[in-house]
Amino acid sequence: MTTEATGGLGQLVAGLLPSPSPIRFLDPAGEPVDEHGGYRPPSDELTVRAYEAMALVRRFDTQATALARQGRIAAFPSSSGQEACQAGAALALRPGDWLFPTYRDSGALLSRGVDPLEVLAPVRGHRHCGYDPLAHRCAPMSTPLATQAPHGTGLAVAARWKGTDEVALVLLGDGATSEGDFHEALNFAAVFRAPVVFLVQNNRYAISVPLSRQSAAPSLAYKGVGYGVRAEQVDGNDAVAVLAVLTEAVGHARAGLGPMLVEAHTYRMGPHTSSDDPGRYRDDDEVAMWRVRDPIERLRAYLRGRGLLGDAAEAAVAARAETLAAQVRAGVADDARVAPTEMFDHVYAAAPPVLAEQRAALLSELGADGEGAR
Amino acid sequence: MTTGRSTAVPSRAPAGSAERIWRVRGEADVPPALAALAPDTDTDADGDEAGPASTVTMTMTQALNQALRDAMAADERVLVLGEDVGRLGGVFRVTDGLLAAFGERRCLDTPLAEAGIVGFAVGLAMYGLRPVVELQFDAFAYPAFEQVVSHVAKLGARTAGRLRPAMVLRIPYGGGVGAVEHHSDSSEAYYAHTAGLKVVTPATVADAYSLLRDAIDDPDPVVFLEPKRLYWTRSPVDLPARAEPLGRAALRRAGRDVTVVTYGATVPVALEAAEAAAGRGWDVEVVDLRSIVPFDDGTVVASVRRTGRCVVLHEAQGFAGVGAEIAARVQERCFHSLAAPVLRVTGWDVPYPAPKLEHHHQPGVARILAAFERLQWDDEPDTRWLDPPGGRTS
Repeated sequence: MTTEATGGLGQLVAGLLPSPSPIRFLDPAGEPVDEHGGYRPPSDELTVRAYEAMALVRRFDTQATALARQGRIAAFPSSSGQEACQAGAALALRPGDWLFPTYRDSGALLSRGVDPLEVLAPVRGHRHCGYDPLAHRCAPMSTPLATQAPHGTGLAVAARWKGTDEVALVLLGDGATSEGDFHEALNFAAVFRAPVVFLVQNNRYAISVPLSRQSAAPSLAYKGVGYGVRAEQVDGNDAVAVLAVLTEAVGHARAGLGPMLVEAHTYRMGPHTSSDDPGRYRDDDEVAMWRVRDPIERLRAYLRGRGLLGDAAEAAVAARAETLAAQVRAGVADDARVAPTEMFDHVYAAAPPVLAEQRAALLSELGADGEGAR
Repeated sequence: MTTGRSTAVPSRAPAGSAERIWRVRGEADVPPALAALAPDTDTDADGDEAGPASTVTMTMTQALNQALRDAMAADERVLVLGEDVGRLGGVFRVTDGLLAAFGERRCLDTPLAEAGIVGFAVGLAMYGLRPVVELQFDAFAYPAFEQVVSHVAKLGARTAGRLRPAMVLRIPYGGGVGAVEHHSDSSEAYYAHTAGLKVVTPATVADAYSLLRDAIDDPDPVVFLEPKRLYWTRSPVDLPARAEPLGRAALRRAGRDVTVVTYGATVPVALEAAEAAAGRGWDVEVVDLRSIVPFDDGTVVASVRRTGRCVVLHEAQGFAGVGAEIAARVQERCFHSLAAPVLRVTGWDVPYPAPKLEHHHQPGVARILAAFERLQWDDEPDTRWLDPPGGRTS
């Protein structure tokens, strides 16, 4: 399609650019505001489900953080403050779609139905990926930054070639947008019209380095236009807005209209991981400013104001959250055992002679009776 | 759709890379030294009419092309992708005609971005396709290094085998073709050091076909290294040539006195040296590894135990190279059979030199014969290392 056919370059660019300010449905107090840019709001049913999912993610997060402080798990990269994005990413997808999470996206995996103890496998220390990625259609959490973005793009193209309407949703942070793989993935996605959505959770810090040192772009969503990728920016602490924009983005991809880049403005309330000390690089005042924008409180106020969330329902959600936390505590206490020789089992489809020898050598180290095989 | 925005994206031509296409050597440029494995008995034209079990004479590039063609015909999950693989047919013409034969979804020109290509291929493989990636040159594969090491190699182990990316990374490698810089690296050690990858390299036209078919059929990711200076060797082959399972070395020449262990571009050099050594009374055995990973200890060890002497030969620089691993394995397994230390004959430990110097870098017959001389034929100890360059550290 030529630019003439679409009414000129200006119109083409306008169709790709994000809204000049983040899409919002709710103000920080949960009051509706008219900044929704024409996006269709999510159904009440989906919004209530998002509240429950966010509450569970928050409880899971505080529990895992506590376990990390106690030394029961190696570390935990908290997503506290980003629950609207975490739950929203999962709820915008259908079961047949694919999610490509990072290490900070435990909440998205949880919201997609992955077992919480399987989510924690990497920090429990027995496996790099605890869940079956094919069963859940969730790639392993990516620890290298942005490397999962070309994977999601390739998978989405393969799905499209096969004639399905499946979509891939790739989660990224603001720091990842500086990586070359982010650039290459967006470029490939546009060139091959991949049904993929890139959700950048701009939480303003890459460990200690602030957004201003990552990018001088007007906002990260403006990176899309250079690739020919439609982009949008959204208040990432407004769950209604996140659901509205992600549902639109996923629909755009599913309809064969190409990829979409969504930047969600949010904030990492906690440290980078439980090993980090954010007091060295940011002020309490800044944290306090974001505390009043808490995504769960905002959604709760909105739902209660509309009569969609009563005391009984809220108590039921809280009870489910406590059950989840207890399940996590008990599961982590029950130390996961794994056979030491498992490290050889899946390096290749069939172990070559070199690994078969080394496996035997390790077994010998462990003793003929297998004692110590834990 | 609620925003009413145009979502059209202009179509664009695949990114070209004309400036990176240096000269492609004609067949007339084939060095005569390569004749050992490639007797030019060609009487017919190309291998295009290759039918089942028919003998045709073809070049290594034609054999690779035929292997891709046959693999794509046999399995619709197989596709090739990379820079210039489509209309151009690859800068070495290995993918020539595949676009016309199989269409764009099976032969895909990509943007010029190696990490993106490999990462994209990982995603294709996650969905069950069998991508065969062409990375245009050895040194131009380096941008993809993180994708190869952290994802291609590890994904199977990370997911307990659930997402094993069955894919092939074809990489033309090595020098000897007068190329400008960054076009002549022997990068096999990087890949061989990476657990989870298989690393193979053909030295004969028949192996080029069979190893590539095997690599494409293999459930594991395979780095398929194509020795550039053997691309234009010609040899009669029976197609479809499907030899042994991937991972077996081949005995290219039987001998009683010394084993040369080598692979890829230096296999013909070893055979040439063996002929020269015969004149001096040394009967040389030549083992062509074919597969660096998995490593065929059995064939190598059996040979060295027979001959009692071993020289490891490759074009890559020697320090921390594949030859160091081979020498260590031979020493560990054959110590009591060895009459002399295991020696390495390799390129120097320098960045690949300028074209006019490359023949001084590459190990040739003279360097190999010099190594043979040091194999303690008279039971005299090798004194070469007693006074090493740089002096002793007191």
